[in-house]
Amino acid sequence: MAKLTIDDLKKIKEETTKSTSIRDGEANIKITVHMGTCGIAAGARAVMNALMEEMAEADRQDIRIVTSGCMGMCSSEPNVTVESKEAEPIVYQKMDSNRMRQVFKRHVLLGEIQSDFALAKM
Amino acid sequence: MRELSLHILDIVENGITAGADCIHIDVIVSRAQDFLTIIIRDNGRGIPAEKLNKLTDPFVTTRTTRRVGLGLSLLAAAAERCDGKLAVAVGTAGGTKVTATFQYSHIDRAPIGDMAATMATLLMGNPQIDFVYTHAIDGEEFILDTRELKKELGDHSLEDPMVIHRLGKNVRTSLNQLRSNADKPEAREKNHGKTNDR
Repeated sequence: MAKLTIDDLKKIKEETTKSTSIRDGEANIKITVHMGTCGIAAGARAVMNALMEEMAEADRQDIRIVTSGCMGMCSSEPNVTVESKEAEPIVYQKMDSNRMRQVFKRHVLLGEIQSDFALAKM
Repeated sequence: MRELSLHILDIVENGITAGADCIHIDVIVSRAQDFLTIIIRDNGRGIPAEKLNKLTDPFVTTRTTRRVGLGLSLLAAAAERCDGKLAVAVGTAGGTKVTATFQYSHIDRAPIGDMAATMATLLMGNPQIDFVYTHAIDGEEFILDTRELKKELGDHSLEDPMVIHRLGKNVRTSLNQLRSNADKPEAREKNHGKTNDR
């Protein structure tokens, strides 16, 4: 029991080539999960993992996920910012995995801003 | 923080902010000697000497968005609560090494928690940074080295959420296996009957 075995790697590699998704395309949407100490303590990791699952399911090449530090609004963490080319960036507050899934399905995929969870327009 | 893996995520983010491009994460458990050590090494720009002895003061921070910095303070408190300590060393050529020790069986020690989620989060948010994660329980080791993965799979493969998701699951399974191996009766004999946390 050491390392990931070569077989594991191969399996993962096969899936990569299947999904043909070496992501060269331009990013239309950027989702930022704020990961400062405050965000992490408030549950940003669960938000990130929910987002990752949704991304894996949606298989869209034009969405980028990034993490960033604290933006100074610790009381409303976990915060998630959704930026797209067409509309102004929206900061969502007090996120959890369910809220993240909803924001991803509605706002990111369909363009409907979820104003119930929004903290601010930027 | 409820899990040590969240502390790890937090401290690694410090290293990323310091401009590191390779970060080593070691989690070492020895139940025979009753300790748990977490070592996080980065090759970032390091910490200026005048700040080094004030690191765990929550009112010392390099950030500009607010005036408090809690990451290292919280980890120091968590370690000291478990009869352990936090040590931070800075290399001459930059780079920072954070070592936190815990008494393994201490009643106040938080569980290690979901390291797979921590690693997946790090990989997802920082595709340009390499991570070498070693988890050892009583001498049995699990190693995840993204430099090797990138060599094997191609440079951009670790940017695909699907791959990271699968890799996360893979890490979780491997860690469970590592734990159950360490918990086998023969191994438990060696460890004076102590079982591992889940």
